[in-house]
Amino acid sequence: MSKPMLKSNTATAETQPAEPKPTLSAAQMGARQREISVSEFFTKNRHLLGFDNPRKALLTCVKEAVDNALDACEEAGILPEVIVKLEVASNGEPPPPPSQASRFRLTVIDYGPGIVRQQIPPIFAKLLYGSKFHRLRMSRGQQGIGISAAGMYAQLTTGKPVQIISRTSAKSPAHYFEVQIDTKKNEPRIFENKKIDWESHRGTQVTLEIEGRYQKGRSSVDEYLEQVAIANPHVKIVYHTPEGETKEYPRTIQELPPQPREIKPHPYGIEFGMLLKMLHDTKSYSLSGFLASEFSRVSSNLAQEICKAAKLSSDSRPRNIHGAVAEALYKTIQSTKIMAPPSNCISPIGEKAILHGLYKQIRGDFYTAVTRPPAVYRGNPFVIEAGLAYGKGPEQAAQEAPKVALAEGEQQDNDNELARVIRYANRVPLLYQQSACATFKAVLDTTWRNYGVAQSRGALPAGPMVIFVHMASVWVPFTSESKEAIADYDEIRKEIRLALQECGRRLGVFVRRRERAKGEFRRRNIFELYIEEVVEACNRLKGGKLAKQKLKEQLQKIAMKRTGGQKTDELLGRDGGGPEGLPHSIIVTAEGIEGDAPALPGDAASDAAPPEEPLIAVEPAPAPAPKEKAKAKKAGKPGKSATLGKKNPAKVEPPSAKQMTLGFEPTATTAKHGQGTGKKDGAKKSKK
Amino acid sequence: MVKGQEKKMARKKAKNNGAVEKKLVGVADIVITAAERSKDPTLSIPVRSLANVTFDEKRGMIELGRRKQARSFFNVGMAKKFMQTVLVADALAELQRADLTTSLREIYYRTKHTIKNSHENTFDGQNESDPLIEDLEVTLAALREELHVRAENSGTVVGPVVFTDDGDRVDCTRLGKGGYSVPSIVEPEYIQITRCTADFVLLVEKGTQWNRLSEDKFWRRYNCILLTGNGQPPRGVRRLARRLHEDYNLPVYVLVDNDPWGYYIYSVVKQGSINLAFESQRMAIPKAKFIGFSSADPDRYGLPRNVGIKLNDKDVNRAKELLKYRWFQKKEWQEEIKRMLSIGLKYELDALANKNFQYLTKTYLPRKLKEKDWLD
Ligand SMILES: Nc1ncnc2c1ncn2[C@@H]1O[C@H](COP(=O)(O)OP(=O)(O)O)[C@@H](O)[C@H]1O
Ligand SMILES: [Mg+2]
Repeated sequence: MSKPMLKSNTATAETQPAEPKPTLSAAQMGARQREISVSEFFTKNRHLLGFDNPRKALLTCVKEAVDNALDACEEAGILPEVIVKLEVASNGEPPPPPSQASRFRLTVIDYGPGIVRQQIPPIFAKLLYGSKFHRLRMSRGQQGIGISAAGMYAQLTTGKPVQIISRTSAKSPAHYFEVQIDTKKNEPRIFENKKIDWESHRGTQVTLEIEGRYQKGRSSVDEYLEQVAIANPHVKIVYHTPEGETKEYPRTIQELPPQPREIKPHPYGIEFGMLLKMLHDTKSYSLSGFLASEFSRVSSNLAQEICKAAKLSSDSRPRNIHGAVAEALYKTIQSTKIMAPPSNCISPIGEKAILHGLYKQIRGDFYTAVTRPPAVYRGNPFVIEAGLAYGKGPEQAAQEAPKVALAEGEQQDNDNELARVIRYANRVPLLYQQSACATFKAVLDTTWRNYGVAQSRGALPAGPMVIFVHMASVWVPFTSESKEAIADYDEIRKEIRLALQECGRRLGVFVRRRERAKGEFRRRNIFELYIEEVVEACNRLKGGKLAKQKLKEQLQKIAMKRTGGQKTDELLGRDGGGPEGLPHSIIVTAEGIEGDAPALPGDAASDAAPPEEPLIAVEPAPAPAPKEKAKAKKAGKPGKSATLGKKNPAKVEPPSAKQMTLGFEPTATTAKHGQGTGKKDGAKKSKK
Repeated sequence: MVKGQEKKMARKKAKNNGAVEKKLVGVADIVITAAERSKDPTLSIPVRSLANVTFDEKRGMIELGRRKQARSFFNVGMAKKFMQTVLVADALAELQRADLTTSLREIYYRTKHTIKNSHENTFDGQNESDPLIEDLEVTLAALREELHVRAENSGTVVGPVVFTDDGDRVDCTRLGKGGYSVPSIVEPEYIQITRCTADFVLLVEKGTQWNRLSEDKFWRRYNCILLTGNGQPPRGVRRLARRLHEDYNLPVYVLVDNDPWGYYIYSVVKQGSINLAFESQRMAIPKAKFIGFSSADPDRYGLPRNVGIKLNDKDVNRAKELLKYRWFQKKEWQEEIKRMLSIGLKYELDALANKNFQYLTKTYLPRKLKEKDWLD
């Protein structure tokens, strides 16, 4: 122990006399100090905001614009409809194919509330300017840095200004702006500002020209939009891809989620420094008044109690509390019993909507969703929601049946596909840093084998399965400023685990019942197959002189009698009752769909034409009449082609709005889900 | 004269073919009749296990018991096997009609195909079809030879005997050291014994000892037929020994290693096997004698302990099983096996070379024969 210390001592002793003379004086150094504007800082540190590489930058721009559009619509009480258009940008020359292109023009249009004229320049050309930072309310954007950062990225990479059109009502004109940031001052520079004619009565259109790279698959723009559609079934998205296709993500829930309330911070969620700042900034004259008015769940009685316990006069001026006294106050607050914060500040997606979202976008056999009751971490209320989409869907499974018989020693190559986790914070998909995320860790922690799903040690459960996890909170704790992974608080992890366990339990019931029913079905099937073989062999044994058809029918009759035709259906739980008694679940079989599945709008009607509704309807679109609903349900279930299953590279993606993939290769769009309505299914629906 | 005999045999063969074919077609009849009566088609197959064999003391052979197992078509666990059994019966009938013989492997290939409207194979491996052939043998009481299914030729014979094989005369005194390779089917329809002047048959377990004896022309000196099956003797070898024993009254002596497997080989030759107990009547040689290598021999012939091999757990367990078999209940046999267990060693015949290379030919066997030192 002592030896190395001695050594280091001597080392310093030796170096001291040899220390070189300082080459710079403090005065010289002082002269070099300069203020750094946020914009300058960002120019050098763009990776902090998600602009690390061209592919991710393209996604980030789409994300910022879409998130803003959705936030604005929801806050204004308008059912969101968003158009995203991505084009290859070229200066006159013939544009390269999208996969080769390095420059894109992104346009995002919403039919939301619009932005008043004078706010447009700062919103799009001033960093840290926004309406959401200074309040505690659930929203997608938080820092007021999103869209202006995208604009600045455009400016940095292509030099082109941001183009904005916005209109607040049919009566007011539409304003057109071209703006850029003056990076030194972090102030907008306006290039163009005029009134124009715009076909929309209300809303905002943003156009950015940026350097980027377009590539499908994991963490792509396509994946992002699809995941938005899953978690936001009340949103309609029309996406014009750089390849010239139009993908439409229809709205399946016709009402807005409840408006989240704004709340005051809960005392448990406040850090010491924050308390000091609040004490300093408050307009209250007394400590007790400060406590009661600036925090949630602190009544004036409780405020008095806290003051007493902290040995402070309830009349002391908040501004005068600092140092040891403030520390005592802080400690007292933390050890006082205070009611959990109200949870109406969060608006969870809800089981029904998650179910609809998953069902709409992902082909599977079983869907379920769970919304946990509100919980609290560090004084912040939050709600965890989880969902599952399991299986390949009946026709996909049929398609994938082995094409050739196996040779000796060969095995059915069971694809070792793993489940996919899709993560959300306040309805926004998280596409990067999966393994650092609390949701992902909770998925690994869950013992999926208990629910009939294979899982290797420390790995994701086996697919085909999509696991959906959403955290809704006034303040989502991210692991970094790029907002890509949720931090691992015990309370959060526990809630996720509970939600996943409930989903898993339901999946287990489904899997077990299906296995049993499959056994019955297989039995019937086996006999069918073998009867052919036996009849043929008997015929050959009898020298080809057998009444084959007669023998076959006789044997088939015996087989039917022996397997009990009706029983299989009973085992599958198709004899009425919920989808096998499982709450908030959908089961899809070749015979039909059970459970509360949404009707997907017919393909023919909504494909081609540009959105009409917002042009005429200024009021939020009302929910369709129940009659229409019933009609829509009969329309079956087109428009879904995302699969959990294998890649199918042979098929070419047709230019259809219904093409949705979840990071997998595209498959054909023609295959319809569940063959429309099965007999039983139809009967059930008409009863409603 | 030989010509006439051949013709007679050919006629007999044709008649037999017809009978076996009829038995095979019977499988189809079971299906058809059951279907007509809305019954589950069921084959009743004799159980081939130790529990279902009896030992007939008087006749000195293992016999198949009466226990049968039902194989029904409309039973999920059996459906595939049932279907496969019908397919194998069909292939076997085809062989009868074409008058061809084939191997187990070829039967497998002949019956393997993809089931219509599926991606499932009728058979995934030969291990699925082999037992079905045995099932049919016992169910239809037809020998494998009669079903025209042959095994590998892995037996060899030399000595004063002459066969006619496909019209060719095979004189086993004129075949050098190598001898005649015993076909897997040696039924009189295929192979005729034209002449035999030997005094006894010596059935040797291992090819190495057989080679030693053949090279030393032991058969000439002691006027015997030397047979080997290279391990567990195949059906052709057992059947040939049986024919020589029956038709020419030759005593059969069995020479095996001194270990539990050697004892069992001897017992199969003598009383028949458990698996194919129904064939004992045609295969077993109840009067065969165990000439060696006995657990008493190392002592008697002065073999040092260090050329023995320690019995492993498997050996010990197998020996204990043998002690319980009804056909090993004779006092001498119990002593023989228990002696091996108490010494704790097994001996290979090869160990006799420790004395000298020709010890087996010049000392061991001559003394055994002279002293009539064998077990029954
Ligand atoms: N499409 C839009 N419609 C209406 N208001 C918008 C729109 N986009 C942005 N805004 C307003 O501009 C502000 C700044 O946006 P942004 O820079 O993305 O920061 P943040 O979303 O984090 O608040 C938002 O808070 C919002 O009030
Ligand atoms: Mg934003």
